Amino acid sequence: MARMKFLCDAERCIECNGCVTACKNENEVPWGVNRRRVVTINDGVIGAEKSISVACMHCSDAPCMAVCPVDCFYRTEDGVVLHDKDLCIGCGYCFYACPFGAPQFPQAGAFGLRGKMDKCTFCSGGPEPDRSEAEFKKYGRNRLSEGKLPACAEMCSTKALLGGDGDVIADIYRQRVTVRGKGSEVWGWGTAYGKPAGGAQPAAGSKS
Amino acid sequence: MSARTVVAVLAALGLAALAGCGERPQAEATYKQGKYQGKPDTRPWDNAPLAYGNDKWTQGNKTTWEDELKGRTLNQNENTRIGQ
Repeated sequence: MARMKFLCDAERCIECNGCVTACKNENEVPWGVNRRRVVTINDGVIGAEKSISVACMHCSDAPCMAVCPVDCFYRTEDGVVLHDKDLCIGCGYCFYACPFGAPQFPQAGAFGLRGKMDKCTFCSGGPEPDRSEAEFKKYGRNRLSEGKLPACAEMCSTKALLGGDGDVIADIYRQRVTVRGKGSEVWGWGTAYGKPAGGAQPAAGSKS
Repeated sequence: MSARTVVAVLAALGLAALAGCGERPQAEATYKQGKYQGKPDTRPWDNAPLAYGNDKWTQGNKTTWEDELKGRTLNQNENTRIGQ
């Protein structure tokens, strides 16, 4: 099996924040922590507004793992980047290192800012017994151990947010772009998928 | 007590006092820089499917769990779902 990944289709995302709500509800994420959020650019500009849902991207070469001074990160066999909250010291290095702002720190504790780091777990819990109360309290629900995908992706009403094996969701996205004939003009398409076929032609002068 | 014995006793006492300045290693012996230091995690396919679900993977069998998850992943593709 390849690696678990998220893929968000900016052509489809309608900024409904359903994924954010699904994540909050499924994992009972504390106040002040957003494991997932929707980012919008060109807000209000007709034809130019785009939204994308962002969370931990479960990087293959994760910068958070590289900078953690107590080495509390690990990668599971299915490519999910997780961490041990018992070991985390809440220093915030991972937050500075992450290009997506995925690591979050609870802000409602007795000492104000910076509790132990919390982030998207791809709904696969953490280093506690699977489906246990301890795991749920620290990391949220372990849907992968139940044979399910992350709640955010499965709840997405427009199926803009895809989650699962990287190869499979890349195939879904490629087929979608081919059918609708739009999307292959994005930067990197040629690198990822080669030359588009059928209705999906790259825009003139696009970098791919 | 001879002078030599006094010197020996004082030297021994000095050495014993110095031992208090030593420091035990405080990191675990197994610590390796750049390696995960936390608790080991279990793997998702080592769990039995939920009793009330429709999942059909065999506990401990990664391939069957992957098949189950792949079916679920492909379910996100409405281009193939429509018309079924």
